[in-house]
Amino acid sequence: MYPAPFTYHRATSVSEALSLLQEHADTGKLLAGGHSLLPIMKLRLAQPEHLIDISGLEELRQITFGEDVVTIGALVTHRELATNAELAARVPLFAEMANVIGDQQVRNLGTIGGVVAHADPAADYPAGMLVLDVTVLATGSNGEREIPIGEFFQGFLTTALAPDELLTGVRVPLPASGTNSAYEKLANPASGYATVGVAAVVSRGDDGTIGDIRVGITGASDTAWRATSVEDALRGTSPDPAAIKAAAASTTEGVEMLEDKHAPADYRARVTRNLVRRAIERALA
Amino acid sequence: MSSETISVSTKVNGTEQTIDVEPRTLLVHMLRENLNLTGTHTGCETGQCGACTVLMDGRAVKSCMVLAAQAEGREVTTIEALAESEHNLHPLQEAFWEEHGVQCGYCTPGMILSTLALLSDTPHPDEGQIRHAIEGNICRCTGYNSIVKAVQVASERLGADDLAVAGTKAEG
Repeated sequence: MYPAPFTYHRATSVSEALSLLQEHADTGKLLAGGHSLLPIMKLRLAQPEHLIDISGLEELRQITFGEDVVTIGALVTHRELATNAELAARVPLFAEMANVIGDQQVRNLGTIGGVVAHADPAADYPAGMLVLDVTVLATGSNGEREIPIGEFFQGFLTTALAPDELLTGVRVPLPASGTNSAYEKLANPASGYATVGVAAVVSRGDDGTIGDIRVGITGASDTAWRATSVEDALRGTSPDPAAIKAAAASTTEGVEMLEDKHAPADYRARVTRNLVRRAIERALA
Repeated sequence: MSSETISVSTKVNGTEQTIDVEPRTLLVHMLRENLNLTGTHTGCETGQCGACTVLMDGRAVKSCMVLAAQAEGREVTTIEALAESEHNLHPLQEAFWEEHGVQCGYCTPGMILSTLALLSDTPHPDEGQIRHAIEGNICRCTGYNSIVKAVQVASERLGADDLAVAGTKAEG
């Protein structure tokens, strides 16, 4: 199973990648780890005439901690995210998500930038990126741009990136101390993709009540979303299993569920409600 | 079909190779067709079964999901690098044999390279770590229990020399 023929370019700098991308904006694609792009090229769902390999750009392979943010370069692999000790200590949700992506082989080559730019509805990171309030960093012919995650995912395989823009990384605010998180996932056993994935971050007040609570869902619908009805129902309340279950039951109201041979819509909705409950309970534990 | 080719320089099982390929050539095809290393199997060719697993810079990758061009400047290790001869298997292969971790053998090269990568990072993995490491390798006949057992047995026997065959690891 071969992809359709293409011309291969190896970019040696971000600026070279950008000029190649601008030259071939309509017929070119960027190649990082290739684990989203090559499968769809083999199925001929994508047939770029020019492939611009950016995998050698070391400047996009850094994890940089600032005072209250961590910047993750687009080419950082899932493996690097899953095994970075400082990231595991400061943004454990990211490390937890990275460790359950696909399998060992996928994590070794797949990159965060590739996942985010591809916007597969079953990707894991989007759920966590929504609840962590991540900013996507891009650069293009009009210079650098910061895109809030809430505006980035626009639908099935569709993002706010322009065709001549290169995603350079994501900036993640470091959660305040006392914030806990959890990622719960039902994986497709063959592909490892999330049939449903739910990320929750919760902070508690001194009296134990729920302070800030955010719940993000991926895999269930054509793009990841925040379950604001659940968040609103639980914010400021005392943690209570019955109340969490009742709030989780509202998750899928009015949401059009994906449906495929692995999971009918009603099953996906039930799994989603259960994983929302589990993720919140674990983040509170 | 494009007549255009690119040149790929890579070290395969310790030997420097420079090979001209069509850009769309996948690493698995370069290994099997250009280098005649047919121990690397093509299975599903959609990145799910792991039969084509090889090591690139010491890390397990599915060679059907990697362009040959992406191996430029990298070190690739295939199953052929492990046994010294037909009668002198690598200890990990021996353990698969003894513990019945092999039945039809189709998934075996991939299973062995995925678990070699695990053992070179984590010489004494627990059962959960072994199962996590082979999530990307599908076996349809012997089942996973005897494969897990084989890796456990091998982990008691392998020395640093046996793990060195995995190659030099990329940083990070």
